Amino acid sequence: MANSFTRMMSGRNTAVILASVGAGTLTSGYFLCDNTAAAERRKLYPPSADFPDLRKHNNCMAAALTPTIYGHLRDKTTSNNWTIDHCIQTGVDNPGHPFIKTVGMVAGDEESYELFAELFDPVIKDRHNGYDPRTMKHPTDLDASKITSGMFDERYVLSSRVRTGRSIRGLSLPPACSRSERREVERVCVTALSGLKGDLAGRYYSLREMSDREQQHLIDEHLLFDKPVSPLLTAAGMARDWPDARGIWHNNEKNFLIWINEEDHTRIISMEKGGNMKRVFERFCRGLKQVEHLIQERGWEFMWNERLGYILTCPSNLGTGLRAGVHVRLPMLSRDPRFKKILENLRLQKRGTGGVDSAATGDTVDISNLDRLGKSEVELVQLVVDGVNYLIECEKRLERGQDIKIPSPIPQFRK
Amino acid sequence: MPFGNTHNNFKLNYKVEDEFPDLSKHNNHMAKVLSKELYGKIRDRQTPSGFTLDDVIQTGVDNPGHPFIMTVGCVAGDEESYEVFKDLFDPIISDRHGGYKPTDKHKTDLNFENLKGGDDLDPNYVLSSRVRTGRSIKGFTLPPHNSRGERRGIEKLSVEALTSLDGEFKGKYYPLKSMTDAEQDQLINDHFLFDKPVSPLLTCAGMARDWPDGRGIMHNDNKTFLVWVNEEDHLRVISMQKGGNMREVFKRFCVGLQKIEEIFKKHGHGFMWNEHLGYILTCPSNLGTGLRGGVHVKLPKLSTHPKFDEILNRLRLQKRGTGGVDTASVGGVFDISNADRLGSSEVSQVQLVVDGVKLMVEMEKKLEKGEAIDSMIPAQK
Repeated sequence: MANSFTRMMSGRNTAVILASVGAGTLTSGYFLCDNTAAAERRKLYPPSADFPDLRKHNNCMAAALTPTIYGHLRDKTTSNNWTIDHCIQTGVDNPGHPFIKTVGMVAGDEESYELFAELFDPVIKDRHNGYDPRTMKHPTDLDASKITSGMFDERYVLSSRVRTGRSIRGLSLPPACSRSERREVERVCVTALSGLKGDLAGRYYSLREMSDREQQHLIDEHLLFDKPVSPLLTAAGMARDWPDARGIWHNNEKNFLIWINEEDHTRIISMEKGGNMKRVFERFCRGLKQVEHLIQERGWEFMWNERLGYILTCPSNLGTGLRAGVHVRLPMLSRDPRFKKILENLRLQKRGTGGVDSAATGDTVDISNLDRLGKSEVELVQLVVDGVNYLIECEKRLERGQDIKIPSPIPQFRK
Repeated sequence: MPFGNTHNNFKLNYKVEDEFPDLSKHNNHMAKVLSKELYGKIRDRQTPSGFTLDDVIQTGVDNPGHPFIMTVGCVAGDEESYEVFKDLFDPIISDRHGGYKPTDKHKTDLNFENLKGGDDLDPNYVLSSRVRTGRSIKGFTLPPHNSRGERRGIEKLSVEALTSLDGEFKGKYYPLKSMTDAEQDQLINDHFLFDKPVSPLLTCAGMARDWPDGRGIMHNDNKTFLVWVNEEDHLRVISMQKGGNMREVFKRFCVGLQKIEEIFKKHGHGFMWNEHLGYILTCPSNLGTGLRGGVHVKLPKLSTHPKFDEILNRLRLQKRGTGGVDTASVGGVFDISNADRLGSSEVSQVQLVVDGVKLMVEMEKKLEKGEAIDSMIPAQK
């Protein structure tokens, strides 16, 4: 037991040191297992032979990937043997999505973002409205006390929710991780979570060991996540070995919830019925900080750097990884032709109440922040608070037969 | 570069217990054979192209069981897989192929003249006849593992070979990715078009990557000879026609296959074959002949007879629904084909189908007249 732990520790520490030293030491890359068969294959199949056919594709990766970039990156591997082909497989296999422009690539580990920066950086820029990882820094701010007017009119807002993800530094991400790494993620998180106290105290439900009764309870409470069926996720290898080392932790109040080893190492969710977004965010920040403290006590930490903020599997979730949103009734506004433009200028997005892959129908919509990177958590939540309050004002004005205004667009990043 | 779980050396830093998959709820051939000890013994191996044990078993880990059939739960990524991971494949092959031993030799016989009869199955009962097999091209890795460059190389070679055929085999190649709507509709109407695999048995093994790049269908002008390129195997070769003339179907099959093989050999890329396992294919269930010869046959009375399954068993035949392996029968029409693939030749497998179906049609006719069939029930073949 001690021997394997020491070996684990030393393996992790090496990875942590490597990761924190940063780009320079690793971009020279490791070449694939240097046996003659692999070298022969490289000669027989130059990058041009393997370049994917992306002519019918419409995702961020397809827009950014050129034969030149592919030629530079094809033979490189991270220290976990993750390659550019692994990163882009999901984007090659999924040309487009009916409702959203997908990213089309994933990271297999923290190093991916450095080693394959030549492709990740333009994709990040495209997805995050011009954020340039080469020149800009991402601000992190989890001080919930700064939020103002965070209590919504509950005749309109039915529920409030904030989610983000966190990755454990030193372990590969869901597309790449081996079974033992995934089980390690589960162990690290469950141990840390068992240290939470007070209103955050709760318990863990492993997907594999769940009883039928427990499963039904979690479904009834809308807490259970299921095996991914979206080809965006399965083509990236995130559903391998299901349901091994997957599970859900929630506190006794059921308003603080953590998913383990779904699309990211962890997804952290704070939610409640009603419109008290300030309280939801306050619990979110408090919970996050406590979990971080608990894993640090055992020598672990979250993946984070000042270029990209929190490192997650999908580039769309870099930075804060934060989606703060509400389910809100806007029967008149949602039918108004100006609705789309108002949302756009407020930097908000609408989804159906079934989440990202559902259509918005009926009176109730899911409204959340569009941005993730380049603005802090506090800024984004404030933006949602102000924006939703504005939408409710519009709805009230329309109810009274008054006219509404399209607000001026919110500026992008501070320089 | 070939795709796969290539960070094998990195995983070796973790203990066997930590990496061994949880197979406690699984029911497939791989799960029956793979113990923690065996996993520990062979997990540090990889084939020259980098295919590893985890690559072999991933589909079996992700798919614990299938409602109608006992699945194999593992695949090969290249010709060498069957050698490098012998310790896993040999017991699975034995279990799946009726006790076939590592020392056994497989006989190949594609001489259609050795088939006796087969041209007189009653078309009032036998609606259609079909023979299919697969072939893998030497020098390339298999669909779970190959890169886009390799897959395109396979397609290019295949197109050259197939479009050079003449006589009754003269036809056209339709690449999936540039098919027009009209062509697609026609191929669907002819029941020729294969679609992107949705079965998780195949997608979890990585065979649907980069779809539809490098995939296509060739068929002859008569629509009786058909080749699928880069679906579950490099090539799937199919000969079929309406009615019961299995002899003609098998002749076309053998002649066509041999012509194709000659052309590939001339280009220095013959088919993967060895004298122990016969033709090497992606799924161990298709080793040997890779041959499934079958008919769609109306057996409404016989199929409800209490001894139907036993009869099939003794005749070394299996039943499927008319939609193929994952379907149930409709309207008393069954797909009846050979159960065996490895350990007997193509000719003997088709002979079993021809003789067995002829007997079952006679049984059906007897049952129609209200007569008993007990005296007709055959001994175990």
